[in-house]
Amino acid sequence: MAIDREQLLHVAHLARLEVREEEVERLEGQLNDILAAVSKVSELDLSDVPPTSHPHEVVNVWGEDEPRPCLPVEDVLANAPEREGDFFKVPPGGTA
Amino acid sequence: MIDTLRLTAYEAADLLRTKEISGVELWEAYRRAIDERDGDLHCFLHVCDDPGGDGIPLAVKDVIGTKGIPTTAGSKILEGYVPVYDSTVVRRAKEGHGLRVLGKTNTDEFAMGSSTENSAFGPSHNPWDPSRVPGGSGGGSAAAVSAGLAPWALGSDTGGSIKQPSALCGNVGLRPTYGTVSRYGVIAFASSLDQVGPVARNVRDCAFLYSVIAGRDECDTTTVELPHPVELPEADDLRGMRIGVPKELNEAEGIEPGVAAAVRAAIERLEELGAEVGECELPLSVEYGMPCYYLIAPAEASSNLARYDGVRYGHRADAAERYEMYTRTRDEGFGDEPKRRILVGTYALSAGYYDAYYGQAQKVRTVIKREHDALFESFDALVSPTSPTVAFPLGARTADPIAMYLSDLLTIPSCMAGLPGLNVPCGLSEGLPVGLQLVGPQFAENTLFRIGHALEQAIGFDPVPERLR
Repeated sequence: MAIDREQLLHVAHLARLEVREEEVERLEGQLNDILAAVSKVSELDLSDVPPTSHPHEVVNVWGEDEPRPCLPVEDVLANAPEREGDFFKVPPGGTA
Repeated sequence: MIDTLRLTAYEAADLLRTKEISGVELWEAYRRAIDERDGDLHCFLHVCDDPGGDGIPLAVKDVIGTKGIPTTAGSKILEGYVPVYDSTVVRRAKEGHGLRVLGKTNTDEFAMGSSTENSAFGPSHNPWDPSRVPGGSGGGSAAAVSAGLAPWALGSDTGGSIKQPSALCGNVGLRPTYGTVSRYGVIAFASSLDQVGPVARNVRDCAFLYSVIAGRDECDTTTVELPHPVELPEADDLRGMRIGVPKELNEAEGIEPGVAAAVRAAIERLEELGAEVGECELPLSVEYGMPCYYLIAPAEASSNLARYDGVRYGHRADAAERYEMYTRTRDEGFGDEPKRRILVGTYALSAGYYDAYYGQAQKVRTVIKREHDALFESFDALVSPTSPTVAFPLGARTADPIAMYLSDLLTIPSCMAGLPGLNVPCGLSEGLPVGLQLVGPQFAENTLFRIGHALEQAIGFDPVPERLR
């Protein structure tokens, strides 16, 4: 499978990454090299093999639903690029 | 006079206990070493002021969150970010043992790379030969320990980022069993693989630092309690140990003859020490490990890195509208490697491709795990080179992402299986350190420490770079 210009731009949009015109060709080449290398996984017939999402047998960890102290609002907002009162401030809308 | 190039953390603790040196003197010694040598080596992105006390200084990789101390993960997108809480590993180091954070060490951006050349703040240099890379992503931590700028350090390892730089810089690095060390407060790359671990000048220091950070943390529900306490290694013989030599990990294409020779000689030492050594095979793990990793890690990274959107912390681009703000922030903030991985990962997870890529890679992961599990029915540990090559020249692999990815060919398989791995220096090739990789079953850190310590005593490798002696 290979990725073309249109798919590259679609994936970039899904990832909210701006890909500049002058980058498209280089990225397309590199991505196709990487995809060719990783596509090797499809050589194996693994229809009977279950997937591993995690190296351990994970079990659910239940916690009591008890209130505990959390970070103060000033700390939460300490690194905000822009704030208004106790809120993170962002520019309006725009088309996705 | 404190010789920071040779002083181990264990010895430093002794000197402090007997009051032969003060906490201030110890701190000053490392600060002087940093002032003297870090201009050339660029191990640190940030150097701290002495927080006071008698604890041993600790260098911390810059993907590990430190309260009140800038934490960038080597990325422009986090330039100026100052965490408001400590990661659990740093909290344990500070509270449990009074360790003092000396500074934050350089890393490939978001720990993505094998040379530190992907750091947005410039590469680190190998103390053995500054024209060469220290390995990566944790090259700053490994180089700092080798150059005597820190007695020990914390790193993080996703596919080899502790073991490979330790191999290239000639020190001891442990990637712990997945789940034994908390990831709370650590900047996430690929969550099913990321593990924090210690880097040190010898195996005992490495084991001790592991004991400081390991254990269940209620802030990270993937952590577990250690089934047995960490034992500092004492024994210098290996009677009763069964050690496997996987053919594919030892004969892979691209392993330099000098690396293979040093590892072969070390394996003979293991036999002389009483270990029972036997050949074995890991055919699928080595052949399919890398492609499997370069699907799973980017897929998880594409999700983890979605949080860098310019809203709550880090860089924000100037833009009149929000969508434009997101895309431009991420374009300006991320370097080439994170962008490539976000794109590959998003593609591998996107509708129509998920089963063929991510789903298939997860099944390959099962195959890799089973192959390793089967070997551990006959062996206590597996041995191989850690890196196919010694430290390579800066710039040698930057133009070709795949060539860089192959640096981790031998470390990736066991990472995919969640297994612990220890790098121990075993000799020199072309005047540069060669690292030996020991891999054990889950929770077998004590076995790895025992083998590593015995081998270290037998080989007598001098961890101080020749040009600094």
